[in-house]
Amino acid sequence: MTIKKQGLSWIAWLSLGLMLTWLILPLLPLALWSISHRWYFPDILPSEYSLHAWKYVFSDTAGVMTALGQTTLIALGTTALAVLIGVPAGRALGLYHFKGKALVELLILAPTIVPGIAVVLGIHVVFLKLGLANSLFGVMIVHLIPALPYMVLVMAGVFANYNPAIEAQARSLGANPLQAFWYVTLPAILPGLLVGCFFTFLVSWSQYILTLVIGGGRVATLPLLLFNFATSGRNDITGAIGILYILPGVIVLVLAARHLSGRNSAAGSLRQI
Amino acid sequence: MSDRWKIALLLAPAVLVITCLFLGGLALGFARSLNYMPLIGLNDINLNAYVSILSSSGFYKSLLLTTYISFTSTLVSCVLAIGAAMILRRSFIGKPIASFLFQVNLTVPHLVGAIGILYLFSQSGFFARLAYEFELISRPADFPAMVFDPAAIGIILQYVWKEVPFIGVILLANMQTIGADYEAAARSLGANRWQSFRFVLLPLILPGLLSASMIVFAFTFGAYEIPALLGQNFPSSLPVLAYDTFTDVDLTARPEAMALAMIIALASALLIAGYVKLARRHVRQ
Repeated sequence: MTIKKQGLSWIAWLSLGLMLTWLILPLLPLALWSISHRWYFPDILPSEYSLHAWKYVFSDTAGVMTALGQTTLIALGTTALAVLIGVPAGRALGLYHFKGKALVELLILAPTIVPGIAVVLGIHVVFLKLGLANSLFGVMIVHLIPALPYMVLVMAGVFANYNPAIEAQARSLGANPLQAFWYVTLPAILPGLLVGCFFTFLVSWSQYILTLVIGGGRVATLPLLLFNFATSGRNDITGAIGILYILPGVIVLVLAARHLSGRNSAAGSLRQI
Repeated sequence: MSDRWKIALLLAPAVLVITCLFLGGLALGFARSLNYMPLIGLNDINLNAYVSILSSSGFYKSLLLTTYISFTSTLVSCVLAIGAAMILRRSFIGKPIASFLFQVNLTVPHLVGAIGILYLFSQSGFFARLAYEFELISRPADFPAMVFDPAAIGIILQYVWKEVPFIGVILLANMQTIGADYEAAARSLGANRWQSFRFVLLPLILPGLLSASMIVFAFTFGAYEIPALLGQNFPSSLPVLAYDTFTDVDLTARPEAMALAMIIALASALLIAGYVKLARRHVRQ
């Protein structure tokens, strides 16, 4: 059996076509609603188009731009914290074998499986006491729960294929620890670190219930706004915010498309989104 | 500095953060579910919250609904993902584009997908309009309820939409590693296509499939915003019930909300334990 069958049968083509249509289909009404002016039942397509929803979204009074800024700020803050805390842990897990490693790995994996709502209701009262509830910083911290494990796991994978001997070589050539990190370690881990940052950013970007509970309605991120508009029946504005909201993820995907398919860890990282 | 200290120092921040936030959150929720929270002056430990939950029929309806949603979504997603991966692993014209489209919704948040499902399947949505166009229905109310419905079809459709690519990408990676040689050997020994799938490929991809379905089941069991948007009011799914109880104006309901959170956590812990057991058994074979 050395001859491999090439191409697809018509039934495989049909299934593939149906599958891909189904995967893209739910995104189309959002795009269409965002540019519609009148779209009543039973019209299949809008009877009038306008850019009203987009004008509203970009206006100063609507609060969408503020929400966009807050969502971005929180995601960037969470990512920065995750880098500081997660890269060293990834290094330890990737480079060393030690007693209790399996337990540490389980501890770090657990938040990716246990649902956020089970954890955040308990945290709320302490965050209230600490003054972290209803604040951007508090939301950033709580987003670390789903986000940090991914940074650690991605970096553990990076460091598993990394040879620390090159740092020793740099040191023996006269580099101080900071120089060795900056000129030797960082360039070596940078591609993996960027992947970790993208994922951490997107995990924070897509959080809903953690922001709702800890933000207490004071921290309005895009998903919270999106949910409110969706339940109040403003389909045109919902569509526009929805499109705005998926942009970073789609951009990251286009940039990372080549790296995604062959990597378990990468796909696993997209789970919390 | 010895390796031991180095490892401890490297791990300390992450372990500390996860212990405080994650384990701390669970522990605080558990304490509050027992009505114990000295921080706000509650000192009497009791099981009232659990008794009240476990004796209400609403809880069992929610539990049943949530389990049904998770089970159905996971099963349907797995079957479709296997099919999709079997097609996408072959070489054909346009494969890069197909693979890209297959992955497009991986980074799209669940909430956006849920809104898309709402606009497609509600009684005034795209498919209802299509049905009207073909004179299958004469008014929106004639269209079968697929969102806010007792069978939770909208919720399941949303999860399937989102999880098929997730499981599919993991299986595809597995299949690439395995290659086609084992199946080719089986075929040359007389196995038909079904047999070479059932007895050769499926056992090889089973560990990946199991871990992916565990993740999907746990996620669909604990997700809030999708059932909150697409689900009926009563019975609601467990996470929605937990949040609604949490935000109840009656603060005495708080321990019940925490107890519900603990039950959700317990379910995911059982899933992890079951998965670890299955994985071990598989390794031993």
